[in-house]
Amino acid sequence: MTIGDNPSKPLDISKIRAKLDGSKGPQYWKSLEEVAGSEEVQAFLEDEFPNRAPDWLDPVSRRTAFKVMAASLALAGVSACTKQPKELIVPYVRQPEDFLPGKPLFYATAMPMFGGAIGLLAESHLGRPTKIEGNPDHPGSLGATDHFAQASVLDLWDPDRSQTVTRYGDISNWVNFVAALSSARDVLALKNGEGLRILTETVNSPTVADLFKTIKENLPAVKWHVWEPAARNTVTRGAQLAFGRAVEPVYHFENADVIVSLDSDFFSHGPGHVRYARDWADQRRIRTNITHSPQPKQDRQEGYQAGPAAPLRNQAATHSEEDKSPSPHPAQVQAEGKPLSEADQNRMYVFENAPSITGGLADHRFIVKASQVGQIAQSLAAALGVAGVQAAQTGTPADAAIAMVAKDLQAHKGRCLVIAGDFQPPEVHALAHTMNQALGNAGKTVAYIESLDANPVDQVESLKELVGDMNGGKVDTLLILGGNPVYTVPADLDFAGAMKKVKLRMHLGAYDDETSLLCHWHVPEAHYLETWNDARGYDGTVTIMQPLIDPLYDGKTVAEVLTIVAGKPDQSAHELVKGYWQGRHNDDADFTPFWQTSLHDGIVKGTASTPVDLSAKAPGSIPPPVQGFEVVFRPDSSVWDGRFANNGWLQEMPKTITTLTWDNTVWVSPRTAEKLGVGNEDVVEIKASGRSVKGAIWVVPGHADESATIQLGYGRSRGGRLASGIGYNANAIRTSNALWVIGADLRKTGDSWRLASVQHTQTMEEREPIRIATLAEYKKNPMFVNESEPVVPQYLTLYPDYKYEGYKWGMSIDLDTCTGCGTCVIACQAENNIAVVGKIEVRKGRHMHWIRVDRYFHGNLDDPELYFQPVPCMMCENAPCELVCPVAATVHSGEGLNQMVYNRCVGTRYCSNNCPYKVRRFNFLLYSDWYTQSLYGVRNPDVTVRSRGVMEKCSYCVQRINSAKIEAEREERRVRDGEITPACAQACPTQAIVFGDINDPKSRVAQLKAQPRKYGLLQELSTRPRTSYLGRLTNPNSEIEKG
Amino acid sequence: MQIFHRSTNTISRVSIFGALFLVGGLIAIAYTLDRGDFSTDVGVVKEQPVPFSHKHHVTDDGIDCRYCHTSVEKTHYAGLPATEICMSCHSQIWTNAAVLEPVRESWRTGQSLEWTRVHDLPEFVYFNHSIHVAKGIGCSTCHGRVDQMALMYKVNTLYMNWCINCHRQPEKYIRPRDQVFNMAYEYPPNQMELGKKLMAEYHVQKLTDCWTCHR
Repeated sequence: MTIGDNPSKPLDISKIRAKLDGSKGPQYWKSLEEVAGSEEVQAFLEDEFPNRAPDWLDPVSRRTAFKVMAASLALAGVSACTKQPKELIVPYVRQPEDFLPGKPLFYATAMPMFGGAIGLLAESHLGRPTKIEGNPDHPGSLGATDHFAQASVLDLWDPDRSQTVTRYGDISNWVNFVAALSSARDVLALKNGEGLRILTETVNSPTVADLFKTIKENLPAVKWHVWEPAARNTVTRGAQLAFGRAVEPVYHFENADVIVSLDSDFFSHGPGHVRYARDWADQRRIRTNITHSPQPKQDRQEGYQAGPAAPLRNQAATHSEEDKSPSPHPAQVQAEGKPLSEADQNRMYVFENAPSITGGLADHRFIVKASQVGQIAQSLAAALGVAGVQAAQTGTPADAAIAMVAKDLQAHKGRCLVIAGDFQPPEVHALAHTMNQALGNAGKTVAYIESLDANPVDQVESLKELVGDMNGGKVDTLLILGGNPVYTVPADLDFAGAMKKVKLRMHLGAYDDETSLLCHWHVPEAHYLETWNDARGYDGTVTIMQPLIDPLYDGKTVAEVLTIVAGKPDQSAHELVKGYWQGRHNDDADFTPFWQTSLHDGIVKGTASTPVDLSAKAPGSIPPPVQGFEVVFRPDSSVWDGRFANNGWLQEMPKTITTLTWDNTVWVSPRTAEKLGVGNEDVVEIKASGRSVKGAIWVVPGHADESATIQLGYGRSRGGRLASGIGYNANAIRTSNALWVIGADLRKTGDSWRLASVQHTQTMEEREPIRIATLAEYKKNPMFVNESEPVVPQYLTLYPDYKYEGYKWGMSIDLDTCTGCGTCVIACQAENNIAVVGKIEVRKGRHMHWIRVDRYFHGNLDDPELYFQPVPCMMCENAPCELVCPVAATVHSGEGLNQMVYNRCVGTRYCSNNCPYKVRRFNFLLYSDWYTQSLYGVRNPDVTVRSRGVMEKCSYCVQRINSAKIEAEREERRVRDGEITPACAQACPTQAIVFGDINDPKSRVAQLKAQPRKYGLLQELSTRPRTSYLGRLTNPNSEIEKG
Repeated sequence: MQIFHRSTNTISRVSIFGALFLVGGLIAIAYTLDRGDFSTDVGVVKEQPVPFSHKHHVTDDGIDCRYCHTSVEKTHYAGLPATEICMSCHSQIWTNAAVLEPVRESWRTGQSLEWTRVHDLPEFVYFNHSIHVAKGIGCSTCHGRVDQMALMYKVNTLYMNWCINCHRQPEKYIRPRDQVFNMAYEYPPNQMELGKKLMAEYHVQKLTDCWTCHR
């Protein structure tokens, strides 16, 4: 976190620990530097944007500066004296029906990810996909998405995508490729396909699976290898170990009262993680029928009818009859209150080595090394009475808690869950299955369905077989369909070296990357938004994916290449997918309605898999924990396994736990950092199995000791302007025998590497931004949020209250259900054309996100609690920013919105200076990419693209508000609750953010603001924020000491 | 000892007297530049690929505005007709007229016609046609007697002060909904009274919030 060229003074960790232990430090702290009161943090406190001097590179003298200022003052008015330049208006030649500028269309599709797929509605403006929303009818989405789906639209328009078929690096075309592939295939067909190998990532598409079946029938000797660096291989193997067959667990969090996570970050990833977050949150949400403020005034315009009551869950908000496109509004949660005595929540125990968002929400979080989770599983299984398993001691405080956790689980038999993490060994998964069985959860909170994977092999074995065969000269032709194996394969296998021994290498990929460099042929892969495909969701439901736009660069799909291998004629993706589904329908007459309905709904009815009844067997033995220092590999929360490395939105997204951008780091605990003598930004060298890699340290409070977590996905060398040269490549020390955890040595190198984090730009000092209570405390004292900071009375202002008649917009964010995933941040960025500023500017605190997720630590240094708080604009009724604008560029609307008018702003930045929440972002430089043509397509035409020198901030998605109001006014009715959903609220997996009209007493937001848990951030400053929060509740087990 | 030459007396008197006229002249020039046709393009006919005559199509042929400007009631953009709409008639009449050759060429080649915008607002203004039409603002109120224009031109400046003039007092310009597309509508003598009544009936609000137009 260095500013300028001076390296930071190393922090004295023991002093920080003492400060926090002695509760002399702040209650809620964001970073170690904040607690230490380091210089860097002070610089940010004194000046919101410190170190501006380097912006000015010209040696301008004071006289010249004054001359320029005087001239600009004199000529200031002249800017109005311009003539409107000539503009052309270019209509269609044949206008497609329903194509209306200003009226986006929504098409149902899905994004394949994590071995499954999440159903989406892609928003298209005049044929250009600009935004992704969830599909309310898809079981894996219920209207929400994750940040990968939100950012995927940028990948479609990525200027660095590969744009042409290449042969030996020269431009070629699809016809030539087909000829080359066909002739290679025909030669190998003489030997039944011996020597032809196809390497894909995890496939769950029924069409592709069917093509492979055809290939297997025609060319029995062809081998299909599967490799994905962060696939759920261990889940499949764990199921095979326990049940003898490849099944996929489907969790029903809505039935679970107690959840135990064995290093499972099920809120972050996995095919069902969005749905799981929602189901979990539904069991967490507390709404009491006690209120603490009078009901909002029932003010309505005359001549209007009140809108209908908020629709119940699973009913999307209605839309006008004309509009046939699927409704984009997510299914809403009920806000009805229950008596306080009936308030109840689920409880979650998490055992993990590094803080995760799931761990942040845990009622009890136990820190163990990743390789020790197996022992925890053993102990827990033994405590639950699973036969053939013996307890094992980890030597951490977790051991003492096992008995209590087991007791809690047994008290909730059939209503609890034990989940093993995707990156834990298969034996831990098998133990989790036996535990669920012992607790009678099967069929209630967990169901087992046929694996979503069309080829559920052990991917590591499959990869090893391929590499071995390549080295042995047994592979003539290698088809790599999707993925980037040269980068992602563990270093011990030396995929690149083995691949060079293959005579003909062909690659289908979205980018010209490390793999395509070593292949003879490269074919651009079509993005999921521009082509036909099909995919299975977390519960087996199939979505037929449809394109929103013609392939921008003539990209092809895996199916289109496989059809050549199958010996069939060259068919388009459309013909292949439609042909497959037509083949499953006997009757042509009922195919068309089936096809239309499936495409419209985004789901193929009746394809959710039927659960199977199985009985689990305990594994024979558990891999022992790593002795000494362990290094844990995890896919990065922003770029995953590296596939999103060229996505600027994701690179700049602050990772929730560390708030870092643009880099991966080596996470260590404060004690480990002390022992190694390193601090943030110090470079260490990690040596494992004879290989080494260097990375920068990041000290993470709450991380396990003697353990370091490193992230995959960085350190790439090719693949776009953003992909290469960032971070370090963790694959360099990864081995095929130890994919997820390895014993290693860490050594300080003495170098430093500057990192860009966003956690230091504000501090809360002694205030309580998060108000927390346990469920028991809440029941005794429902008004706990106002204890520490009383609400400032309304009358404490000289001005009379403004009567908000008509609409009164407000927002409520439930901290109890916010998982900190950051999807809201990316959704806002996509909706509002927010620019990416780059690492250097982020270091100066100039990131442009309109909503940010603050992450607070609470408690002692080594085992703190984590809390997340999304902070959009508060839309203060008494806004400090409005008073100080010299040109009235930010004024208050009659509906309570704090309006930011870009065309009036001259850039004094006084408003940002005055804002206590620091939600205003200034365009110091021309951050928006004015020039890259392909990025024009991704921009939302309803939102201004800002140039340099103007202030911007969250607008509650005013474009959506205005559009809904206009539609309502045209229909002569009031806007209904749920008709306007800002991008952040729409994307949120747990529906933690709720927006609406406070003047409508039946609206959800009015009811939420009447909840006793409601408070405003910094409300004691009398800003009267319209964005309010609901205090966080925890549900600890009273028998376990630490909460 | 005289510092200044005698002629300074004359020069200073002339310049002080003349300054008034000079300043007045500068103001007049600035005003003309800013408000005159040079800057506002009011009354200025712009060069178009085809000399389309609204007068002929509307007054002589009786075509309603919405036949071509199809989305005026549905979305912010009124809609410039696609070549297909022109060809809906001109594939049958005037099929060989030289003046229509660009239209036929557009239809043949699939290249759109490129018209020059007459009513053009700056990019930071988000204007929505559909709500204005729905609330009883007639086409001719802003666009003038288009049905009498042989060639299209602007009759109003479309400057912000002109828009705000109505937004502050919509009763001055509102008309019954069924008269919106009546180009010949004339405001009755009791417009203010009628206007207030219509405002209440159509629920027209005084929209002077910045974010109404400048998101």
